[in-house]
Amino acid sequence: MKTTAKNYAGSAIIAQLKAAEIKFVAAVPDIVTSDGLLWPIAGDPDIRLLRISREAEGIPICAAMSYNGTRAIVLMQQTGLMDTLNEVRAIAIDYRLPIVMMVGLQGKEDDCLPEFSGSYGVRVVIPVLCAMELPFSLIEHAEHISVIRRQIDWGYRRSRPHVILLGQSPELP
Amino acid sequence: MRRDEALAVLRRSIRRADIVVAVYQALFDWLALGPRDLDYVSTGAMGQASTHGLGLALACPERRVIVFDGDGSLLMNLGSLATVADARPANFWHFVFFNGTYEVNGAHPIPAARHVDFPAMALACGYRGAFQFDDVDRLEAGLPAALAASGPLLIELRVEPGKVSPRDYEYIHSAEARSRFRKALNSGVVTDRPSPR
Repeated sequence: MKTTAKNYAGSAIIAQLKAAEIKFVAAVPDIVTSDGLLWPIAGDPDIRLLRISREAEGIPICAAMSYNGTRAIVLMQQTGLMDTLNEVRAIAIDYRLPIVMMVGLQGKEDDCLPEFSGSYGVRVVIPVLCAMELPFSLIEHAEHISVIRRQIDWGYRRSRPHVILLGQSPELP
Repeated sequence: MRRDEALAVLRRSIRRADIVVAVYQALFDWLALGPRDLDYVSTGAMGQASTHGLGLALACPERRVIVFDGDGSLLMNLGSLATVADARPANFWHFVFFNGTYEVNGAHPIPAARHVDFPAMALACGYRGAFQFDDVDRLEAGLPAALAASGPLLIELRVEPGKVSPRDYEYIHSAEARSRFRKALNSGVVTDRPSPR
């Protein structure tokens, strides 16, 4: 299935994070989000970037922060998400904690949805999330950006995890 | 030094407002001394004590965060030493109970048990300091200085099992345990009084 790519700006995502009162971003660099999102976050005075050594570290960091309402997200590539599934299972799902993960889909074509990607690593992401009963949103177009704040708020209000898949590489402002 | 002896010494230095993150047998032995509301017991996945502690230290800079890690657990998440050092939490003390085995998983030896040097690794990653104690008297004498220094600090405790407390996994993974911690954390009470013995 084809989609009409219409890239969005990383600054719009950062605005959504700020509107959702995100104070920390725990990240392992991802080539999909590096220029348009991660480098701008690194220089943003309102969000503290935590450079983590492995994606799985981000899950307990966000979990622990949530106990006093401090909001944080994990920013990573889908390869990192696959590597961290046990932490997601144990801490986010079993413990019902508000872990929000923003995931760049490295290798996804611009003009198709993830489940139809020619890349196996991309194609299996949504089926894996479904198998784990993990709620997710897919950001493919600029019009989808407002979902980010809503889903972060939802996750923290309900104390539930949420995965935000970035189907396109965010552009520099 | 026996683990229960070491924990008894640590207990006397823990303040009411301190958060304690503990894992595996050190956690069960710690709870046997009397559970505290600010004991963070639900770490979920093996190896993540240090990163739970880091999240708490950054979210609660007004409190001391004391992590009781295991040697096998820390080996599973060695990169967290660099992550913690990079974040520079001044209120973070990382105790590692070193007995050279995966004690609760059949007491199999950890890899390279005779060579692994956590204090050296912590310093190499950028921790502000590191200590090692293998004797309860030396721990008692040296602990005040370790806790007075600014974190992140790693304190390795060379231990043998000692008295082994019951392993109540149902409690540490319970919603009740998490709710108890959350309520205490948000009660607004931050005092410096030592915990009752």
